[in-house]
Amino acid sequence: MALEPVKQVTGTGVFIPGADIDTDRIIPARFMKCVTFDGLGEFAFHDVRFDSETGEKTQHPLNDERFKDASILIAGVNFGCGSSREHAPQSLRKYGFNAVIAESFAEIFYGNSTTLAMPCVMATAADIAALRTAVEAKPDTRITIDLEKMTVRTCCDLEFPVKMPESAREALVSGRWDPIQELIDNDAAINERAKALHYV
Amino acid sequence: MGKSLFQKVWDSHRVGTLGDGRTQLFIGTHLIHEVTSPQAFGMLRDLGLKVKFPQRTFATIDHIVPTINQDQPADPLAAEMIDAIRKNCDDFGVTYFDLKSGKQGIVHVVGPEQGITQPGTTIACGDSHTATHGAFGAIAFGIGTSQVRDVLATQTIALEEMKVRRIEVNGGLRPGVYAKDVILHIIRLLGANGGIGYAYEYAGDVFDRMSMEERMTVCNMSIEGGARCGYVNPDAKTIAYLQGRPYVDNTNFDATAARWLSFASDADAVFDDIVKINAADIEPTVTWGISPDAGISITETIPDPLKAKTPEEKASIEEALAYMKLPGGTPIQGVKIDVAFIGSCTNGRISDFREVAKYIQGHKVAAGVQAIAVPGSQIVAIQCEQEGIPQIFRDAGFEWRAAGCSMCLAMNPDKLIGDQLCASSSNRNFKGRQGSPTGRTILMSPVMVAAAAIKGHITDARELFDLSDSAAVA
Ligand code: SF4
Repeated sequence: MALEPVKQVTGTGVFIPGADIDTDRIIPARFMKCVTFDGLGEFAFHDVRFDSETGEKTQHPLNDERFKDASILIAGVNFGCGSSREHAPQSLRKYGFNAVIAESFAEIFYGNSTTLAMPCVMATAADIAALRTAVEAKPDTRITIDLEKMTVRTCCDLEFPVKMPESAREALVSGRWDPIQELIDNDAAINERAKALHYV
Repeated sequence: MGKSLFQKVWDSHRVGTLGDGRTQLFIGTHLIHEVTSPQAFGMLRDLGLKVKFPQRTFATIDHIVPTINQDQPADPLAAEMIDAIRKNCDDFGVTYFDLKSGKQGIVHVVGPEQGITQPGTTIACGDSHTATHGAFGAIAFGIGTSQVRDVLATQTIALEEMKVRRIEVNGGLRPGVYAKDVILHIIRLLGANGGIGYAYEYAGDVFDRMSMEERMTVCNMSIEGGARCGYVNPDAKTIAYLQGRPYVDNTNFDATAARWLSFASDADAVFDDIVKINAADIEPTVTWGISPDAGISITETIPDPLKAKTPEEKASIEEALAYMKLPGGTPIQGVKIDVAFIGSCTNGRISDFREVAKYIQGHKVAAGVQAIAVPGSQIVAIQCEQEGIPQIFRDAGFEWRAAGCSMCLAMNPDKLIGDQLCASSSNRNFKGRQGSPTGRTILMSPVMVAAAAIKGHITDARELFDLSDSAAVA
């Protein structure tokens, strides 16, 4: 199972305001009544994109025509907190996002996203504010996340460092973001470990 | 240098180091439910893989099960999910606790009940409240669906090692202060993201004195504090709880118990961080906002945005108050409620219902409040029946339901309507969590929920009930 290395992600961005954006917000539980992940894209951020009474579109940035092609999500602290549902990153992926830049991420969301080849990089509050300003002034600003240099740069002079755990970076740039094959290849070691455990 | 329980379990389950530097960790016990597993079985079929250790995975259904008539799925989608887990378990040889088994329930209630949850093991489940099982001295954490696939196929996952923070709570808890208040207080102090990268070790007199069920309540909400797992070291209570349970090796029990106890953190274990909390400082705690760290004691006022220290804090208080439709700077007591919910994997165990039953006799749920009580498992429901608890709840005006997650996340028909406000014993107060996009949640202990139901508004249970002999560890 050879996987495509993810060394760079380029696209336009959209800023979603708020701290602690949880997975219930990203994909409300009622849309998890499904046995496949197909079709989750249209429900991403559903309850903040549509008015619950009228069903009409709200002022949410994802409803803003200027950001309709955005493929990089920009957010604040503790993005993706809450449940372990992979439905959350899956819905973002299917919506068309290829990466997330935020101040910090919840751990399970982070791991799930890496396995889906959607890098999540962390930047300072000031750098995120500057990127937000740039994107909102000029929505077609091209943003490149460079996982080899660990920077984010835009077409238009903005450049700042970003962070991510080295294991996630390594997994992405070396095309090992989905570990299943490597896990399977270690079958002999798994059996040995199982034998050594008192309860297996 | 001694080792913590975390390190002992981690080291004994480490298969090796992967190319990206992560650990390949053996998962001793794998729990699955209907929401996060069907896609994983789908991936397995696509890749032509088998389940490597079918006897190490256990399944049940909880999230979408209706609680009025369990056998009647609400809609075709729910029915399809139930069919899928039945078929998947059948095809791959996985033990499944179905509705008819008498053992069905919330996966985090069923595991301990069956003795599947054991000390010194690693436990994973496609559900973030897997941390609950840490109450037994296991390293237990939630995983995504791709990792459910990995566990099914290899019984291992790729994981980065966590740091360990020891949270010591010493001294005596005051009457009317419960395990739920302890964890809400911890989350309030350390923040909803304070635990990112950490496993929490809960230690000190308060946890030593807690029952296993109280320890489960605390460990359950580790994730609301950002920690992927939380645990209490195994002791005599852990052993006593597990002895005789169906999935425990009861023939060699003494040897098993000795092995379990050996996993407890050494006296000279080194931790990455230590936090000390004085038990007497903890009050009955409730949330007022849209994140579990938005907690205040029942005697406090709702935060005032005008008193915020930073513009960010001001904006976040304003966002929460606008959603909650609550005025800043006023007492939380007196806030009117529409719904009261007692249940969930945090507080849906036998001790929770027993405790509430002690105080609600002779009281009535206020007019206009819908109060529902939902046992965490069929076994809890049967135990309650045997003790006459459902009748006590019904007499007080509660609806007594069948086992499931119910209004904790409202994937079944139990949902808030419009902007109803719910006093809830569950674990999350996120926007829209209880089924209505504008529904509002205030988290608290089950006894505080009962008090709110009776008064019709948020109130101090210590004043309504005589809590001087409350079951919380004194
Ligand atoms: S009771 Fe609530 S938190 Fe617990 S497993 Fe069910 S939905 Fe999740």
